Amino acid sequence: MLSGIGTHFSAFRDDSSFCVGSEFMMHDFANWALETARSRGAKYADVRVMDIRHRDLSTKNCQVGTLAESESLGIGIRVVAAGSWGFASTDRLTREGIAACAAEAVAIAKASAMAKRHDVEMVPVEAYQDTWQNPYIKDPFQIPLERQLELLLAADREMSRVKGVTLTETSMAFRRIEQLFASSVGSVIHQIKMQSGAGIVATSFSGSEIQKRSYPNSFGGQHMLAGYELVESLDLIGNAGRVAEEAVALHSAAQAPEGSATLILDSSQLGLQIHESIGHPIELDRVLGMEANFAGMSFLTLEKLNKLRYGSEIVNVVADARLEHGPGLGTFGYDDEGVPAQCTPIITDGVFTGYLSDRETAVRIGLKHSGGTMRTESWNRLPIIRMTNISILPGTWSYENLIADTDDAILMETNRSWSIDDRRYHFQFSTEIAWEIKGGKKKRMLKNPSYSGITTEFWNSCDAICSREYWTLWGTPNCGKGQPMQTMGTGHGASPARFRNVKLGAAFAKS
Amino acid sequence: MSSARTFAGKSGRAASSKTGPAVHGESRAVSGFHLLSNAEMRRIAERVFKLSDADETEVGIDVTSDALTRFANNTIHQNVAEQVLTVSVRTVLDGRTARATTNKTDEDSLKRVVAASKSLAQSQPKVPGLLPMPGAQKYGKVSRFFENTAYATPADRARAVTRVAALAEKNKQTAAGIFATGTRQFAIANTTGLFASHRQTRAEFSITILEPDSSGWAKANAPNLGHIDPDALARGASEKSKASRNPLEVAPGPWTVILEPAAVLDLVGSLFYDFAGTAVQDQRSCFNKRMGKRVMGDNIVLQDDVFHPLQSGPPFDGEGIPRQKVLLVDRGVPKNLVYSRATAKKMKVQPTGHGMPLPNEYGEAPLNLVFGGGSSSVDEMVRSTDRGILVTRLWYIREVDPYEKVLTGMTRDGTFLVQDGRVVSGVRNFRFNQGLLEMLSNVEMLGAAVRAAGEESFEMVVPSMKVRDFHFSEVTKF
Repeated sequence: MLSGIGTHFSAFRDDSSFCVGSEFMMHDFANWALETARSRGAKYADVRVMDIRHRDLSTKNCQVGTLAESESLGIGIRVVAAGSWGFASTDRLTREGIAACAAEAVAIAKASAMAKRHDVEMVPVEAYQDTWQNPYIKDPFQIPLERQLELLLAADREMSRVKGVTLTETSMAFRRIEQLFASSVGSVIHQIKMQSGAGIVATSFSGSEIQKRSYPNSFGGQHMLAGYELVESLDLIGNAGRVAEEAVALHSAAQAPEGSATLILDSSQLGLQIHESIGHPIELDRVLGMEANFAGMSFLTLEKLNKLRYGSEIVNVVADARLEHGPGLGTFGYDDEGVPAQCTPIITDGVFTGYLSDRETAVRIGLKHSGGTMRTESWNRLPIIRMTNISILPGTWSYENLIADTDDAILMETNRSWSIDDRRYHFQFSTEIAWEIKGGKKKRMLKNPSYSGITTEFWNSCDAICSREYWTLWGTPNCGKGQPMQTMGTGHGASPARFRNVKLGAAFAKS
Repeated sequence: MSSARTFAGKSGRAASSKTGPAVHGESRAVSGFHLLSNAEMRRIAERVFKLSDADETEVGIDVTSDALTRFANNTIHQNVAEQVLTVSVRTVLDGRTARATTNKTDEDSLKRVVAASKSLAQSQPKVPGLLPMPGAQKYGKVSRFFENTAYATPADRARAVTRVAALAEKNKQTAAGIFATGTRQFAIANTTGLFASHRQTRAEFSITILEPDSSGWAKANAPNLGHIDPDALARGASEKSKASRNPLEVAPGPWTVILEPAAVLDLVGSLFYDFAGTAVQDQRSCFNKRMGKRVMGDNIVLQDDVFHPLQSGPPFDGEGIPRQKVLLVDRGVPKNLVYSRATAKKMKVQPTGHGMPLPNEYGEAPLNLVFGGGSSSVDEMVRSTDRGILVTRLWYIREVDPYEKVLTGMTRDGTFLVQDGRVVSGVRNFRFNQGLLEMLSNVEMLGAAVRAAGEESFEMVVPSMKVRDFHFSEVTKF
């Protein structure tokens, strides 16, 4: 048993407070749910009792913006009855409330069976009794709020000092997710995930243009399964001045070019490129049509497995939820079906070799085991197939040699907008800033850069990937999928990479 | 010690006697679902007030009961229900304010949420210009709760899904979609005497009909389940899928487009925050330095109107201030913005009742947009077009240029070539990069304004539009 489980410290809880979400009570809740589901006729049931805590801080123009904490405790019960799925959730954590919820899950499953075409089938999973917690050094909920705000306000002040900056924003976000999974298979798995993130943004309005620069990444910064030590390592204050100066300088930079050219992406933009053009199309529920109404489908139809040349021979991509891959937002001990974290090769030497699967979809493609990618946002959401850490493996180039080896290219950094069609073929990205590469050297700054293309053509044009030294495991904390919508954190390891003959500039083309 | 919320049992019994048995005698939408009376919500707030010694205290109570039946491959594959009650507490101490939220409502948890809110508030510098909490207000009446929707059952939804799946099978097509029903109830109360409450229901049906090389889509959303016709929506999607078989690839470029209401919604929806006073103050609104200037065609009129019969939502904002009807754009000229109390004070105007719950850095936003419509039907727009593209739906819309309001995205699930006044074929889907203000300057025909539902924006009242020179930049593979 891990020490400290069930006892939290923060503005919400002090040493003496009784924690209603303690592991002890979680076991009771789960047992009550499984007992009722079984007695009502469920052939299979699994239960997630989750206690989730959020702390969010932000500043704007050197004043505190958001300052909020929240906690949410409840139970989600998923069953198979009459050969169909049912799911119900509640925050009424009494024996009566949980029994009613489990009974409702079974009733819903029986209603589902009215439109049944076949009984639910799942690959087997072993029963596990285990505990898991990601390592961290500093509990962000124990760090005094004054200290956290002081850091954000100091970074905000540094950005505000730069003439021409018209808006400054900073943020920190922390999540602590404690959950107990129990299933009728016999698994009882207790997990705690601690997540931290922070970022800053400087915006400059001038003439008829809004330009912005973000650090360390756009749309909330960097997020990992880590403690407050992540925030401290980012050096937000040390980067604030540079970010602000670049935002202002973009107004006088030349417009990024249109046409076909060599493109170098920084690791954060490559991380998002992986997310959109590899991570989503490999979700087996999309491939099988289950997301057709909302998130869409995938060009990666089943006959392409082990045959499609997804990328050039140097492209190797994995889906790796194991801690040894790194503390990404897709790292865990077990997924939300009780399947252990694992590494699945997705692209091997350029060839498409694997999907993201769960216990049900694994049956459909003849796998003996689930890929372990079922994840849920909260106790009131059904687990669905989600990305874990979808990462491109490092190549052999040093960043300096990559630039020196490039005669004529555009280097793009930090995502500004992203869009891709509903089968994940055609994408368009723009970034906050770009740099001209000429004769092996980084030259002038360029504004309003964008590139577009077809997924497989793009990945097949990759001819250089930087080495482990330049590889970062980026966190995307806001991936939306499912109905009702669920937001999930995913991880994407990437290092800078080079692509040939890429279409540039369509987003800002005048004709 | 139990985690049971002590008020739940009482209110559950009281509500059950009012609401009667479930529709058709089947299991209810959500287990233990019950409505709270205003008196019960006041009592929760008063419990919190008693636990707080802050200068001022505000309590938000939110009860959500939602159920959603999801289908794909002509069968139900997900079927879910949830019930959530949250209590949110904002305290003010010596000019500082913060919020803490919990869904645990036993006495100890409420004590903790009050303490957390106070602790957060005390950890920060004084908030310059923090206004005292508002006192009691008077609100206009809206009626958006329907029992047929609140008590729809999983079997009700499953029966509709069974029918639309049968239609798809009969046509050798595949159906995927959702059928959702739910209830939301919330209240704001503060220690200066304000109490505001609202309850409403929601029903939504969305369907995609698929064939090997084509698809069609339809969606509707309304507070009243009786206004949703799943069978008609399924027939429309089925016909679109059939009509878009064997899609042609046509060249991108500037095209005349006929945008159905869902496509219009998902484009113009991205404008909503630009009308916030705070967005203009922060110089990130596309209306910064453009107020009072003609930036759209003179056929564009836009207002925010929570009382419009096709709108939904409460008649008060995140602080409990009454929402006012605001004329945002008059004949192509941005005329007014919306303001929270704090923004209004900074900008020396009157608040409009559009503030978000405090504390926040975004200020306010209009959430009940209503576009002025015209009298042209989509069929008339098609008949008047020599060569153009008819668009059912757009997808993955993102902002490329925030000041010129250039948006990018894709067409999806029913894109057609129009030639010589008729729809002649489906076409492969396009990517667009289009300035929104420019688009709203190029509107040639407007349909009647209807309540539209898309996937990129919240529901609004918008018309179909015929637009010239809409910029498609590339074509995808399907």
